[in-house]
Amino acid sequence: MPLRLERQENVSGLRLALAPLLALVFTLIVGAIMFVVLGHDPIRAFGIYFVGPLLDPYTLQELVVKAGPLLMIGTGLAFCYRANRWNIGAEGQYVAGAVVGSWLALVTHGTDAGPWVLPAMLVMGALGGALWGLIPAFLRVRFGSSEILTSLMLVYVAQLGLDYLVRGPWKDPDGFNFPQSVTFDANAVMPLLMDEGRLHGGIILALVAVVVATFVLGRTLVGYSIEIGGSAPRAAAFAGFDERRVTYGVFAVSGALAGLAGIIEVAGPIGNLQPSISPGYGFTAIIAAMLGRLHPVGIVVASLVLALTYIGGEAAQISMRLPFDVTRVFQGTLLIAILAADVMVRYRVRRVEGTSHA
Amino acid sequence: MRKIISMAVAIAAGLGLAGAAATGALAAEKLKVAWVYIGPVGDFGWTYQHDQGRKAVEKEFGDKVETTYVENVPEGPDAERVIEQLARAGNKLIFTTSFGYMEPTLKVAKRNPKVFFEHATGYKRDKNVSTYNSKFHEGRYILGQIAAKTSKTGTIGYIASFPIPEVISGINALMLGAQSVNPDIKVKIVWANSWFDPAKEADAAKALIDQGADVISQHTDSPAAMQAAEQRGVKAFGQASDMINFGPHAQLTSIVDNWAPYYIERVKEVMDGTWKSTDTWSGMKDGEVVMAPYTNMPDDVKAFAQATEAKIKSGELNPFKGPIYDQSGKLVVKEGDVLPDKDILSMNWYVKGIDDKVPGK
Repeated sequence: MPLRLERQENVSGLRLALAPLLALVFTLIVGAIMFVVLGHDPIRAFGIYFVGPLLDPYTLQELVVKAGPLLMIGTGLAFCYRANRWNIGAEGQYVAGAVVGSWLALVTHGTDAGPWVLPAMLVMGALGGALWGLIPAFLRVRFGSSEILTSLMLVYVAQLGLDYLVRGPWKDPDGFNFPQSVTFDANAVMPLLMDEGRLHGGIILALVAVVVATFVLGRTLVGYSIEIGGSAPRAAAFAGFDERRVTYGVFAVSGALAGLAGIIEVAGPIGNLQPSISPGYGFTAIIAAMLGRLHPVGIVVASLVLALTYIGGEAAQISMRLPFDVTRVFQGTLLIAILAADVMVRYRVRRVEGTSHA
Repeated sequence: MRKIISMAVAIAAGLGLAGAAATGALAAEKLKVAWVYIGPVGDFGWTYQHDQGRKAVEKEFGDKVETTYVENVPEGPDAERVIEQLARAGNKLIFTTSFGYMEPTLKVAKRNPKVFFEHATGYKRDKNVSTYNSKFHEGRYILGQIAAKTSKTGTIGYIASFPIPEVISGINALMLGAQSVNPDIKVKIVWANSWFDPAKEADAAKALIDQGADVISQHTDSPAAMQAAEQRGVKAFGQASDMINFGPHAQLTSIVDNWAPYYIERVKEVMDGTWKSTDTWSGMKDGEVVMAPYTNMPDDVKAFAQATEAKIKSGELNPFKGPIYDQSGKLVVKEGDVLPDKDILSMNWYVKGIDDKVPGK
């Protein structure tokens, strides 16, 4: 007897809100089974994993530091994904922004250039990311090439470009030939927000981006044209929205936010250019965007949850010797559970009757 | 439903904290020592050997120490958080075992002046930060000699990781060793741009074999290249640990990193209160670089390798003893001179005969 998924109209808001909660409960159950199989007390493990990091002011800061780039990139990706443009290359735009912004920090190094350096670096970082994002947009508009492939491949181009720079022309001359730039001057690093810890000004910019994006996507004609262009391209064309402009626009915004996240990270927690400046933020942000249902506020929550799984995972490694892979399993389970819960809320399963009945 | 969940979470938090507090009280007299690893402890290479060192510390000091580690920590912004967490968890001595942890280690060390830090393969130190590394190039000179005596095609394959001085000096040492046997020997290099990427390492090995290399050497951390060599019936050298189980017919020998003596010594110094910030660069003589048994080679080659090993240990032979020419044919080290340590540690040029360009140069 075949089964069929049927889309349900008028799903209530309550059910939509409950879906992620349901997914979380499911993940916790799977997690508990996993901990028992690994020979650990699941309650203690959950305490260390999910609750411990929320009780210590230091790890709370770290949670925000880790979630910052995720929510900033994820918010930009929401523009693309709502418009049905699949930018998979935020990681590359992040690197491009970091490289372009860092250029200024390196040429002004040791010159006592003044307080304008950091703001200018941030602007250049956003521009660099936007330009890198516009390449796949151009290729799609001009040649119809798949932006999924081109944006992804440009990640490797950006990473190798960074690699070349820090091993070649931008290498610290006093660094024994090791591949990294000089450490940025004080006027080129993000100000810290607290006396102790690593919380820096970047999080304020990230939150500004979230507020602006919420407004633009929800309350303006631009947001509407993105939404319509994604869900009903023909209707959008009849309404006079230019598909090409939407493509360029969403890639520019998404690239700019990824680039900004990149330069903030380099000018913040890292402090100089190195061959590896991202633990995959650009890719993890895709998960954050999807988990947050492409809504900026949802993405903030999703980024914090993802950050918690990383930091809790490290705490569990340190105090319980749980392997790193447990973190990965958690993240994967959570993602699958949320996607599954989504389907179950929005669709219902119906048995399709055989031919013998009328 | 919501209420039940929040209650469950609250109970979980309470139990978790109580558990943590109890272990904390018990561990008050133990010295807590931590390691930060770039790869998984099961990489059977670099990280595996560091973890063997950690286990040796546990064995040596028993219940006087409590060790912990965090694996798969990416170089970059995450490393600082992990190191800080370890310091906050009460560890008094922290070993950070990859080059990219250098700046994060220094930053955390500044904030935690009472914790001692040890950074492997770096060059920046502080009052409470030491650096340590091994003279792996000594072993690579022997590999070069064995390869030149074993190879029928006259071509050695080399899977390199990143073009940093340690890797460049390894390639040069291997070439100088090989040239001491056969001046016309060739080395083909593939850059994996990774320390640990088994699929890429295996591909690199296959590509090198296809290009005529019949002895494979590697500066990457997994046994994938050894397995590829075993499959294709060529010879190979292991890296960091003895990889004979992965290439019973392929492995000639392996440079084994033996960190145990250093780790035990440093832990003891912290216990005795004599720990000082130092820069340690030990080699074969100190037992930190160990050659795995010489296998799958004729007896005369084995005897030759053993003789070289003895000469390096006694100091009679130094791989970077002149005359050494660079690729352009310029004399860099005069006859009878020895390349100073600082020049080896910042090496960014190839010796004559290597048909490759240092990436990024």
